[in-house]
This record gives sequence, structure tokens and C-alpha cells, in this order.
Amino acid sequence: MNEAGKRPSTLITVLLFLGALSILFPLYLAVVTALKTPQEVAASVFALPTSLRWENFSEAIRLTNFFTAFRTSAFVTVSVVLLTLLTNSLVAYAIARNQDKPLFRYLYYYFISALFIPFPIIMLPVVKQTSAWGMDNPVGLIFLYVVYGLSFNIFVYVGYIKSIPREIEEAALIDGATTWQTFWKIIFPLLSPMNATVGILTCLWAWNDFLLPLVIISDPEFATLPLVQYIFQGQFSTQYNLAFASYLMTLAPMVIVYLLAQRWIISGVTQGSVKG
Amino acid sequence: MSAISRAEVSSTSPPLRRRRRGNPTYLLMALPAVVLFFVFHTYPAIQGILYSFTNFKGYGDFDFVGLRNYLQIFQDERVLAAYRFTFGFAVLATVLVNVIALTVAIGLNSNIRFRNLLRAVYFLPNILSVLIVGFIFNYLFANLVPQIGQALGVAGLSKNILGDPGLAWTGILFVAVWQAAAFNIILYLAGLQTIPYDLYESADIDGAGPWQKFRNITFPMIAAFFTINMVLAMKGFLQVFDQIVALTGGGPGTSTESVSLLIYKGGFDGGQFAYQSANAVIFLIVLVVVSLAQTRFLQRREVEA
Repeated sequence: MNEAGKRPSTLITVLLFLGALSILFPLYLAVVTALKTPQEVAASVFALPTSLRWENFSEAIRLTNFFTAFRTSAFVTVSVVLLTLLTNSLVAYAIARNQDKPLFRYLYYYFISALFIPFPIIMLPVVKQTSAWGMDNPVGLIFLYVVYGLSFNIFVYVGYIKSIPREIEEAALIDGATTWQTFWKIIFPLLSPMNATVGILTCLWAWNDFLLPLVIISDPEFATLPLVQYIFQGQFSTQYNLAFASYLMTLAPMVIVYLLAQRWIISGVTQGSVKG
Repeated sequence: MSAISRAEVSSTSPPLRRRRRGNPTYLLMALPAVVLFFVFHTYPAIQGILYSFTNFKGYGDFDFVGLRNYLQIFQDERVLAAYRFTFGFAVLATVLVNVIALTVAIGLNSNIRFRNLLRAVYFLPNILSVLIVGFIFNYLFANLVPQIGQALGVAGLSKNILGDPGLAWTGILFVAVWQAAAFNIILYLAGLQTIPYDLYESADIDGAGPWQKFRNITFPMIAAFFTINMVLAMKGFLQVFDQIVALTGGGPGTSTESVSLLIYKGGFDGGQFAYQSANAVIFLIVLVVVSLAQTRFLQRREVEA
């Protein structure tokens, strides 16, 4: 609610800007450090680089085999988002439209109760299982993200689908549409706001997640970007300029997406978490 | 044509709702997901519980040992220390995140300039990888903070706090709160926007001050959001992992070892597969109990308010 007629508060604006500095300052230092020479890094944290060392980025790309990891991360993230949107909404639809039946009601509780299960309890066995089944690779990772997202996504999708009037579907059914057609042609498009929310949260999760690739991926060739940063940190922990160049390149894709779509992302996150 | 004939049929046959009861398509839609979820989530969880009663090392043969792992865990000082650290950290982080997030959200919801720009900045940390944020702060704690500490003459900050067993947790707390506040700010903001402005106007007429308005209008009106944020934050912080790996790796010594990190380390590298499985089962019970107790307690507050 906007307080019409009142003047904007300068004091609160200034305080919020000061608070915002605590967010922007570490990121600014990261950028500056990534452009320094090792000598400049050692000399002072604050000082600006005398010349912009873009070579740090190419050197970091070479050392981390950046593009291989980037391709893996991009492949995993895009696949997970697409598969999640297409499959999780479908399951939620089946559950939401049959909640009067005990079987589907129990399925709903089954998925939701898994929200409380901490990852460490499945971590050890699932690693044995995926490696035994030859799934200790990006494809296995995609599988697990899509499956592990189900609990939360069903929670938010079911809440949203229940708010869609059944009459729309009944009209389609009368016109001769099958249940599948009804879902894909009528319900799925109506889910767009929730699809955006789920898509954004899934994208951030799959791109940034560290623990699942850490335990699942055994072959370094299949490492995702966060995993590469972890290995890289262990090997070159003192070469801060190269490390920071590498970190920035890992953060960059999400930051770019965020700058382009930030309003949409903020409202999407709000919707998903509140209306569920 | 077919549409008309179907409509006619349906007018004479039982109502749609009842006819759909046996629709097998819905079952088909849900079945693959249920199977996959069972295979990759429930089944490993059951396996984890079963392993917890064995002496499995992660390889080779094993025997069932009953409750031995569980009995040992309650006497294992390293495990108990991990629980103490994790709980202390999670409680502090949950309180701090919620106080900061609610304060910032109220600021962002008030009548200010550059509202959209500020909102965008405050949400930024949420899109960044926890691990990499941890690495960046690791550098700042090692290089920037000691410089500032020396300049200000504060002995505690003049060295790398991450290297001090008594202080390393503050660094982890700082980074975790720095990042997690973003998400809660957005949720509180969503809650604040549901409060009708009339309420504040009538409070103004009654002569209420800012604190009275917060206590009697704002806080009760967003009680449900407060519950969600407290439960989500607590559950997330109890499972803290990435920040610790990036900042201290659990050290110095084992002073910042969280339960998740201990299960990971002991389970994969320490040959304690079964032992840490038992720890994970206890962790599961603890998490469920804490989440349920929190929800109960906070929801009762909601009603009173």
C-alpha cells in the first residue's frame, strides 16, 4: 500500500542505501580482486588495479577447464528446469483434482512429508545406488534434481491448481478432450505464473547446488561449476586473482538473468512461497 | 458434431464428477513420479535406517549390531559437539535473519525513493551460490577484516577470525545471515503488502506511535509469515553445509563441524557409513521434532494475536 500524499522518507532511503552497501561492497571487492596482478593482491585489499588484467579470466578458464564445466552445468540446469516444469505440474494436477479420493490424498501427504527429511539421511545410500546403476554422471544428477524437487513443487502447484475452477475443464471434457489434452492445452498454460516461480527456484537450485554434485559426481570430467570452484580452491588457494575471476564467471550467468528479469523473479518467488 | 452428441450423452449419464472417479489417466500421470520418488528418495532413506543397525563401512561385509551405533553416538564427544555447534548456530542465525529481514522489509515497504532498485539489491544475495559467497568472504576474513581490526585497534579482529577456534563460528554466522536474509526479506515484504493501509490510518487517528503500530498491527497481521520464515530458516540452518566447507572446512580442529558436515566426512571418508547413518536417523528425528514444535508454538501465538 502506498501512502498517498506523504513525502518519501529520506532517512529510511539513506539507511537502506547504507545497508545495501554491505551487500554490494563484497561483490565490488571480488570484481576488483579478479582484475589485479598477484603482487597487487598481496599489496592491498582496497587499492584499485593499476591496469585491468583480463588475462586473469583466460588463465582461470584454462586452469579450471571452465567451458567443460559450464556446458555440464548449463546442460543439467536447462534439462532440470524443463523436465521439472513438464512432469511435476502433471503429477500435481493428478493429485489436486483427485484429493477427494484416499489414494491421491495419501500420495499428497507422502510427497509433502518428504519435505522434512534431511538430505544427509539419503545421502550415503543414494551415492552407492547411483554409482551401482551407472548414474554418477550429469544424467543421474538431472534425474535426482527432478525427483527431489517433487515435494516442494507439488506443494505449491496443488495449492495453485485448486484455485482454478473445475468448470473450465468440464467444458473441455464435454467438447471431447481427453484428460491429457485438457492438461496440456488448458491447465498447463493457466499455470504460467506458478511455472515461472518453480522454474526460477529450480534454475537457481540446479545451478548453485554444491552438495549433490559433490557426492554423486565421481569423474572430474563431469564436474559442475560449483564443484570445479571447490577443487580449484583446494589447488590454487593462494592465487586470489585467478580464483576470483573463476568465481565471477560462475556467478555471472545467474546475475545476468537476474538483472534482466529481477522484478519478475522477485514477484515469482513471493508467489511460490506464499500462496502454497 | 461429436461435441453435441457427447453433451447429449453426458446429460443422460451420471454427473461428470462421479464418472471421473475411476479415470485411470490420473493414475497414469502420477505413477511414474511415485515410482521414481520411491526408488530415489524413500528407498535410500529406508536403506539408511537399515544400515544404521549394522557395522557397514561403506564397502565389504557387514553384520547387524542392533542399537550399538546409537548407544555410541550419545557418548561420542565429536558428535555431541557437532549438535551443540549446529543448534547454537541455527538458533542465532534464525533469530538474526528474521530480525534483520523484518526490519529491512518494513523499510522497503515504507514510502521511500528508489524502491525497486533497493528491493533488487537486497534480493541479490539469494541468487548467488552459497559456496562461492563463502569463498569470497573467506578471502575478506583473511585479508580485509584483520586490516580493519588493526586500524581500529580491536584485538579480536586483528587476526583471521576463521583461524581461531573460539571465533570461527562468528564468521560462518555472518556469511549465512548475509545471504539468507535476502529470501526472508522478500517473504516478509509479501506479507507486509497484504496489510490494508486503513489500519494504519485509524491508528494514526487514535494517536498510536510507530512502536505501537508495529506491535498491534504489523506484527499480528504478518504472524503467518513469521511462522513460515522461522520454520524455514531454522530447518535450513540446521542443515548448514556449503558455508562451512567454503569458510573453515569444519575447523580449526572440529570447532565448526556441523551435523551435516560430520555425516558427510565420517560417512564417505572415515569408514563410518553405518555409524553416520545412525547419526542421520537421529538428525531426522531432531529436525522433525524441532519443525513440528516450532510450528505448533508459533501458530498458537498467531491465534492469540
